[in-house]
Amino acid sequence: MDTLLNLLLLLVILLNFFLLGSSRLVSCIRTIAFQGGILSLLPLLAHGFSGHTLFLAGVAFLLKGIAIPYLLFRAIRQVHIRREVEPLIGYVPTLILGTLATAGAFIFSGRLPLIPEHSQSLFVPVGLATLATGFLMLISRRKAITQALGYLIFENGIFIFGMLLTEAMPLMVESGVLLDLLVGVFVMTILMHQINREFSTMNTDNLTSLKE
Amino acid sequence: MENNLLALLLLLPFCGSVLAFSLPSDRLRPLLLPLCATPHLALTFLVIQSGRPLTTANGWIGVDPLSRLILPVISLLFLGCSFYAVGYLRCRIAWGNRNFVGCLLLFLSAMTLATISRHLGLLWVAVETTTVASAPLIYYNRNRLSMEATWKYLLLGSVGIALAMLGILFIAYAGLAGGEHVSLQLDDILHGAANYSRPWLRAGFVFLLVGFGLKVGFAPLHTWKPDAYGEAPGLVGALLAGGLTSVAFLALLRTLQIMDAASEAVMAREAFLAMGLLSIAFAAVFVVRQPDFKRMLAYSSVEHMGILAIGISVGGVATFGAMLHLINNALTKGVLFLAAANIHRRFGSKKVADARGAISLVPLSATLFLLGFLAITGSPPFAPFISEFTILQGVFSNGHFVTGGLFLFFLAVIFIGMGSTVLSVVFGTPPEKTGTGYENYRDTFATTGVPLIMLLIIFVLGVYLPDPVRHICADAAALLEVRP
Repeated sequence: MDTLLNLLLLLVILLNFFLLGSSRLVSCIRTIAFQGGILSLLPLLAHGFSGHTLFLAGVAFLLKGIAIPYLLFRAIRQVHIRREVEPLIGYVPTLILGTLATAGAFIFSGRLPLIPEHSQSLFVPVGLATLATGFLMLISRRKAITQALGYLIFENGIFIFGMLLTEAMPLMVESGVLLDLLVGVFVMTILMHQINREFSTMNTDNLTSLKE
Repeated sequence: MENNLLALLLLLPFCGSVLAFSLPSDRLRPLLLPLCATPHLALTFLVIQSGRPLTTANGWIGVDPLSRLILPVISLLFLGCSFYAVGYLRCRIAWGNRNFVGCLLLFLSAMTLATISRHLGLLWVAVETTTVASAPLIYYNRNRLSMEATWKYLLLGSVGIALAMLGILFIAYAGLAGGEHVSLQLDDILHGAANYSRPWLRAGFVFLLVGFGLKVGFAPLHTWKPDAYGEAPGLVGALLAGGLTSVAFLALLRTLQIMDAASEAVMAREAFLAMGLLSIAFAAVFVVRQPDFKRMLAYSSVEHMGILAIGISVGGVATFGAMLHLINNALTKGVLFLAAANIHRRFGSKKVADARGAISLVPLSATLFLLGFLAITGSPPFAPFISEFTILQGVFSNGHFVTGGLFLFFLAVIFIGMGSTVLSVVFGTPPEKTGTGYENYRDTFATTGVPLIMLLIIFVLGVYLPDPVRHICADAAALLEVRP
């Protein structure tokens, strides 16, 4: 079980790098869906099969693996864009920053005052690295949709970290969290559609009229 | 019986929202707002009157003195805005209002849940729902500027609240590392907080402060605020500035309760003080020569959140002042935003350059705007004077002379800065030709009645503070006092 778990977590990191380096939106969204699918397996592998983990895995798979990617695909189909051009920071620099952040996450989590059972666990470093990836994506991309993707990766990082604490999060609350994420993404995609219709592009560079 | 009361309080606006989405008539739908808001306020009074502590069996939902303070504020403000909305939406009937009314009621439901939840996870879900429900409200005008404001609000709000979730997880981990039973129920946390692992607890506090502080709009996390308040319809601005900020501030107060219970009050209060002073300073810088009177109100909101934070951090009598100020700020912001909305509609612009001399065109709204300005800047005889004075008294009597001096200086700067904008909007020479506004718009009871009543309330509270209000504030303040 544990080897499979660690393997999956390392795969999450690889997907992070792929997301930072990829310029095609379709493959970015597919990767996010794949990452979401992997995350939904984590509760089962980490805490065994029980009603709680099965339900959580099911809801996470439905929302992170299927519903949210579907909404994103629909959004890019509506606005006819396929390729993310001209990121604010180039792909290679973002990848280098991502590598540094990931290495930093591993070093940093080695120094955290974790309880003994968690000191060898990959949840903390992978969670932190995914958070950093999401943050990097948020600040380095200018399209509205890639910013939304960054937010989703960020949320994935929190989900991974939360795996250490499933007993603290009751099911109802956990599903509420995931549902809020879904509705948030839904509203974001509607807004993207409107932004695109109004400006004929989804670049958030146009969203700079409001300032002092 | 009483738990049913709480369930009813939550379900009433939620069912109203479902009904609003399914009702076909644009003309009848706005009536749902007062129809839900009136019983909501009545239920709120029943809830705060029952002396016993109300909690559900699992302890996730309950009413404590802090909820007793904030629940009526939200409910009253929403009731006022709901009556205003009926008149407002009649003016804009062609624009459609299905999403607007539905989201308003959902927003009320989420704010109610946030005030009465006693489980950090549930609180998080409620606050995130307020973000999602209010984004379509800001977008109501469907133009480029409101689009930009909504996108910034939604993205920053979502990321901020995600940081708060990380903070909540850290606090849960602090319990795990401290050998306590892991739970996010507030009473469980407060009970075990003394044994919580310090590094995790402090890290959790910082993330919660940044996450919920972003929703509150502390500087320098306030950047979404002028955009959102400026572009949203006036009544949405009133609800955001008076209601949502109060709810987010409550979330911060819950964090403070945890830090107090863990005897980490000193660190938490210093952080609040720093955030508070920074917010007032930022507001003072941006409010001066502000060319847009709705954005000016947003900076005033940043300022007052800062005042609340300072009051809380200083403690003693200032905590009581902050609790009272929360009520006063919410109601005064209601007056200001609704009056500003009327002026905005008459001139078709919210720039001081275009909207001048409102007193001759919309006399009542202009007077309300002027009096609201005097009230919010702490002029007697209005209630914010009493609460700001109490906070200031607390600041000086606790020996924070530097803080007190800066506080007074920034307040004076803000008074002058806001004053020049407000005075030219109210008394300037009217422009030859007004923009594409509703030139035949006249003040009517539907659009000025509500801000007038709110102004009367803060006037009365300023002259005479009724005992029940005093008790509610004192009980809430007692909950936040540091117990050695």
